[in-house]
Amino acid sequence: MPVMFGYLPLGAAFGILAMDVGIPWWAALTMSLVIYAGAGQFLAVALLANQAGLMEVAVATLMLNSRHLFYGLSLLGVFSGAGWRKPYLIFALTDETYSLLTSHRGPVKKDHTMAIKLSALNQLWWVLGTLAGVMIGSQLAFDTTGIEFVLTALFIVLTIEQARRLRRWMPFIVAMATALAALALLPDRHMLLGAIAAASMILLIQYRLDMRAPQQADAS
Amino acid sequence: MTEDPLFLLGFIAVCALATFATRVLPFIAFSRQAEHPLVLHLGRYLPPAVMLILVTYAMRDWRPLSNGAVNLGANGLAMLLAALIVALLQLWRHNALLSIVTGTVSYMAMIQLFD
Repeated sequence: MPVMFGYLPLGAAFGILAMDVGIPWWAALTMSLVIYAGAGQFLAVALLANQAGLMEVAVATLMLNSRHLFYGLSLLGVFSGAGWRKPYLIFALTDETYSLLTSHRGPVKKDHTMAIKLSALNQLWWVLGTLAGVMIGSQLAFDTTGIEFVLTALFIVLTIEQARRLRRWMPFIVAMATALAALALLPDRHMLLGAIAAASMILLIQYRLDMRAPQQADAS
Repeated sequence: MTEDPLFLLGFIAVCALATFATRVLPFIAFSRQAEHPLVLHLGRYLPPAVMLILVTYAMRDWRPLSNGAVNLGANGLAMLLAALIVALLQLWRHNALLSIVTGTVSYMAMIQLFD
């Protein structure tokens, strides 16, 4: 499963970035253990560097991670009956884990042992990557300018994987339109949530239209 | 501020709680509606839409048409080229690690060597 290893360089990038802004190594490792969110931890590092307050951090994290709400929604059925494994499966539901879990539809759809193995391995790579990153980051000789592109690259890869699975243009057209509109109309700090909210609204409206014309439900 | 261990631990706790909240809420609030067609509809189409929005968000510094002219921004050209490398590699090899590492290394090389 090659996608799993994606968290190793990404975790390393996080560790390097954390050391760059002066976060101690143990704090970077703790973040990867108890927060465990790719984009969320990069954001947290940026906020720490800017001396943000706790309230600001809470709101920003909630907004950035609000997309997880919909990951959970689409996995309600898959995780039902997971028993004692369920809390960890929910805790470990990152972008990449979600992407892996939803790409294993069919026979393994309700294989909770396999799901928890996958989730735990993903976090193991993430923590090991962070450890490697703080070690690299403590060596002053390495110029880390541009390392933040790792996040952009991750999102591009995840988008392409989603497109390959879905084989529909509709959600991507909606996303492009709302993202560009939000970029043009909203201040930078509200762009992400604004675009996600607008895309959700359009999908809701489209759902209502589909319900009224069930014979055309597949035309989108 | 980042030197105070107690503040750091509090900061990490807030991030951890806020992150877990977004993950656990659907399971608490909607556990009985898992098969509702609206939930299935959103579960199917929203994540791909959010992914593309995140790409746009991550690349928002590149604004080709701001001020009505071609404007690549500080590292715009490098960002565009690196994004193309990631996309093409992923479409060709289907190897996420390869795409991410190659794209990031080329971006870092471009902005460190040519700027």
